[in-house]
Amino acid sequence: MTTETETAQTYFEDVTVGLEIELKLVPTTQQLVQWAAGSGDFYQIHYDVEFAKSTGLPGLIVHGALKHALLGRMLHEWVGYGGKIKKWGVSYRGMDEPGQEMTCKGVVTAKRQKGGEHLVDLDIWTANPRGEKTTPGTATVALPSRA
Amino acid sequence: MAEYEIITPEMEAVVGIESEPWTLEVDRLQIRLFARAVGYTDPLFYDEEFAKSRGYRSLPCPPHYLGTLVFDPATSDPTFGSPRGRRPRLDHGLKRVLNGGTEIEMFDTICAGDTLTATSKIADLTERKGRLGTMLITVTETTYRRDGDVVAIVRGTGINY
Repeated sequence: MTTETETAQTYFEDVTVGLEIELKLVPTTQQLVQWAAGSGDFYQIHYDVEFAKSTGLPGLIVHGALKHALLGRMLHEWVGYGGKIKKWGVSYRGMDEPGQEMTCKGVVTAKRQKGGEHLVDLDIWTANPRGEKTTPGTATVALPSRA
Repeated sequence: MAEYEIITPEMEAVVGIESEPWTLEVDRLQIRLFARAVGYTDPLFYDEEFAKSRGYRSLPCPPHYLGTLVFDPATSDPTFGSPRGRRPRLDHGLKRVLNGGTEIEMFDTICAGDTLTATSKIADLTERKGRLGTMLITVTETTYRRDGDVVAIVRGTGINY
């Protein structure tokens, strides 16, 4: 068996500054419940509408950490089994509602070599349907080299 | 000197103090549950034989998953499962909390079967005025070790209001 992730292996030499990667999805309330179980975060603002409103929120919101994990998935699917995510960090600037399309994005900002590794830096973020960056941040990944 | 509404000298004194360690277990069941929640279709996170065929000891952790806290009804937070009493408390009296940000730095691959030990410290405390009122911004740095070696560092920003 060869997986899609392997077929699409990205190499350091394939990458240029400005290259964009993307993952689109719609986080559902079901996914938020799955995330609660998967992450162990059972805070009610993610599944109890009345509770969420009682804290001053307009309604249910997507877990910040899920957005970080989704950006991690976008990076994993891009770097493949031959690459590694070294570091990725984001700020939860805007809240996202379940049921709305979320676009996870990455743009390559730099390529460099350090300690024998071929590193790629990216700006990463999630955007809501209005195009607002709700979760901006940066990432560094290591990619295999063809050399 | 900054004038704070929430931060007290007692709270500032807590910055930098390393917590008592706690244990996290990394297991196949939780890796699959986590991978489902993030929407992975990659067999790497579900099929142990496949993962082994690709050189892993067992299922590897999907990005962001760093093991599961061993829940203790006597000391774990019922909502977040986080260990209480392991680090100095911040007595801010604020009831509401939001997640302000996450940064994870990885130093090695973590796989099912691993046991991790974590310690944390409050790295920074600030206040910010927002539409939800004055908010306390706390940066907590948590270091995850396996057999004494650092495998990951997480910097989390918490917002209390």
